[in-house]
Amino acid sequence: MVTLTSYLILSAAMFIIGATGVLVRRNAIIVFMSIELMLNSVNLTLVAFSAFLGDSTGQALVFFVMTVAAAEAAVGLAIVIALFRRKQTVNLDEINILKW
Amino acid sequence: MNTYLTDILQSGALMITTITGIVLLLVEANRRGRPATSFALAIVGLLAAGMTALIQMPAHGTGFSGMVQTGGFASFFAALFAVAGAMTIALSRSYLARIGWFRGEYAILTVFAVVGMMLIAASNDLIILFLGVELMSVCLYVLAGLARVRDRSNEAALKYFLLGAFATGFLLYGIALIYGAVGSTNFEAISAAFPAISAHIMFLAGAGLVVVGLSFKVSAVPFHMWAPDVYEGAPTTVSALMSTAAKAAAFSGFLVLFVRTFHFVGAGLNTVLAVIAAASMILGNVVAIAQTNIKRMLAYSSIAHAGYMLAGVAAANAIGLMGVAFYLVAYAFMNIGAFAVVSMVEDDHEQHLTLDDYAGLSKQRPLVAALMAVFMFALAGVPPFAGFFGKYYVFLAAVEGKMTWLAIVGVLTSLISAYYYLRIVVLMYFRDGAADVAAKPSVLTMVTVVLAALLVLQLGITPSVVVQAAQRFF
Repeated sequence: MVTLTSYLILSAAMFIIGATGVLVRRNAIIVFMSIELMLNSVNLTLVAFSAFLGDSTGQALVFFVMTVAAAEAAVGLAIVIALFRRKQTVNLDEINILKW
Repeated sequence: MNTYLTDILQSGALMITTITGIVLLLVEANRRGRPATSFALAIVGLLAAGMTALIQMPAHGTGFSGMVQTGGFASFFAALFAVAGAMTIALSRSYLARIGWFRGEYAILTVFAVVGMMLIAASNDLIILFLGVELMSVCLYVLAGLARVRDRSNEAALKYFLLGAFATGFLLYGIALIYGAVGSTNFEAISAAFPAISAHIMFLAGAGLVVVGLSFKVSAVPFHMWAPDVYEGAPTTVSALMSTAAKAAAFSGFLVLFVRTFHFVGAGLNTVLAVIAAASMILGNVVAIAQTNIKRMLAYSSIAHAGYMLAGVAAANAIGLMGVAFYLVAYAFMNIGAFAVVSMVEDDHEQHLTLDDYAGLSKQRPLVAALMAVFMFALAGVPPFAGFFGKYYVFLAAVEGKMTWLAIVGVLTSLISAYYYLRIVVLMYFRDGAADVAAKPSVLTMVTVVLAALLVLQLGITPSVVVQAAQRFF
């Protein structure tokens, strides 16, 4: 029997994996992928709530989250490309003119 | 069909700003390489939106099936964002031309960032709050990295983007948990669920995550790490927009969610906010002393000011609400002014940004030095200027909200802050040096800065104008 709790535990685990990835990985692209994982764990939470509450708002919100994530991906990858052209690296440890 | 027309008319400021943004996109597509038109149109559009917001302030209501609020609080902040946006665009014109990034997209992105800010202040639903935060942030990520051949600007954009998107994750997870606990994303439904919901573990976790997400946007300790780097690396006028309008927008999110929707209740959350506020005041002010780069110094000062304002939010009473609103208006004008002077002194290659570059400025440029002195006194909270009343109201709110310790921390750290603000004044007036502005400031820039200084003075003399508007918010 799959309950709401199962979904919430799965999405919380995904969120924590994503957040840990942001904090420990040094490659900008992988950090960005971890952020996407966090956003998708939220989507899972929303869909689970939506299904168990019998309310469609959560699913509507998921569409907005996906759209926003796409816009963010476009901007984020553009920034990474601009940086890569200047420095030939996407390693966050080497991007350090400004004191982090 | 008619109800939609009413909705559109009621949220006039939001609509005018959105239409301005769309028109600018079309203009830019057809008249590439003539950004002056775009800049002029953006300023006109934003000022029109600001006027509309002021006219519509007395009328309260909700629109679009209860998704947004109109009038009152939303209009007050819409006017602030529109004016702040118009001022930064006016200041940017000659600055960007000087550093070689006078492009039409700057105006477009600023206008859309302002739309996002207005959506945050007008939000009556968690979905709108989220969309507003994201629209604002995505535009600001691009603006921070606008000068894409500059290493610092690139780096600022990447740091802002990665940490901003990280914070978005927390904000969104918080929204999802609140939705799960309440079963609705509408603020009125959430309000109605109180006080039964206030001890619900899922709700508290959600509210805590939203605090994290919004604290990041206002750059409060311990979510402030991005601010000094981003303010230093981004083009100076973009830093002005980020530290004033964007911060005010995030604060309007705090006010609308924690003060209005959560009904001044949830003592646990208030303690969390109070601790964040105290930490921001202490860290911001102490670290600002050690800075040698003026943009970094202003960034730490901005963290400290976020702390003062959060004290008003944590107090969670009517004075706090009014105090934060007043503080945000005052802070917007004084900080835009300060960054404007920085953008004048800065040369075309990111030099002349250290504090020592201000030594002797009063000899070379008496007017610019006098204006900078006004902004520094105002930021320090010296009485005739607007900053004083801002601090007075939020500390009064803290005392009334039984958080006297927070007010004491605030007053003591304000004393510390006087040191680094007045150091600039001392350097400008009492030290010899060859400080000068990099290029003769354009008329538009000077008019905008003088206007900011006059507003700072005017708000300090007659704070009642803003105070009375703030008393009729909800």
